[in-house]
Amino acid sequence: MANFLVWAVWCVASFACLASALAVVSFSNPFYSALSLIGNLASLAVLFLLLSGEFVAAGQVLVYGGAVMVMFLFVIAYLGDRTGESPWSGGPSWQIVGAVLAGGAILAEVCVVVGLEAGGFLSKPQHVTRSFGSPEAIGRLFLTDHLIAFEVTSIVLLVAAVGGVVLGSHARRIEGDART
Amino acid sequence: MRGPDIQWYVILAALLFATGALGVMLRRNPLIILLSIEIMLNAGNLLLIAFARLHGQEDGQIFAISVMAVAASEVVVGLGLIVAMGRRHVDLDVDKLRTLRG
Repeated sequence: MANFLVWAVWCVASFACLASALAVVSFSNPFYSALSLIGNLASLAVLFLLLSGEFVAAGQVLVYGGAVMVMFLFVIAYLGDRTGESPWSGGPSWQIVGAVLAGGAILAEVCVVVGLEAGGFLSKPQHVTRSFGSPEAIGRLFLTDHLIAFEVTSIVLLVAAVGGVVLGSHARRIEGDART
Repeated sequence: MRGPDIQWYVILAALLFATGALGVMLRRNPLIILLSIEIMLNAGNLLLIAFARLHGQEDGQIFAISVMAVAASEVVVGLGLIVAMGRRHVDLDVDKLRTLRG
């Protein structure tokens, strides 16, 4: 019964995930695209929970679904609807054909690799304890084995913040020049 | 409790990645290109976490959290560029940024 329940949740979450990803790339209005990306992130968080990555799922909802998407929505609202493109218009048609072919090639490669390996070790997951993926375990790993990754991440975030400020002030100067 | 095997997660991640790649290649609005890059990064995250569960080690989840931090930084810089484009009254169309050509 529990098995069936896990499969049912997996099917619903993965279908929602794929459908919202397709919605992101096919809406012409970026506002709706951003909203459907929130659905995509939420269904991925459900999949992370099924894989017992509780801390990552919480971080996904808080950082991605919260902070990053709010930033996206602010920028979209600030810029307004000024694109006026219909979603698939423009560009030579060979570009579209090439893109579809490349996407299909990625997909085929992965499916072949999975098919070749599926009979082997791929289908035997390890048994894990209850604390697998808990904030405690992740925090301990971050402060012991992966301390350098932790520190480098903080530097990356600092550089990105400085870059955002520099880009913003540069744009403001150009705007001021244009006005005078 | 046994959920789906790892193959299903790999196939789902491949489909997600292909969708994001299609978005990057076909759309010309930089906002939607950024959103498609997020989809691709999340497909990678899903694989990292699925294989972390398969091997019973949390290192993959550490990687996934680092990827999330890198994605947040990338969004900050990308949105900064898009706002700069908007302030210069350039159309939001990556094909029109021809002066960036090398």
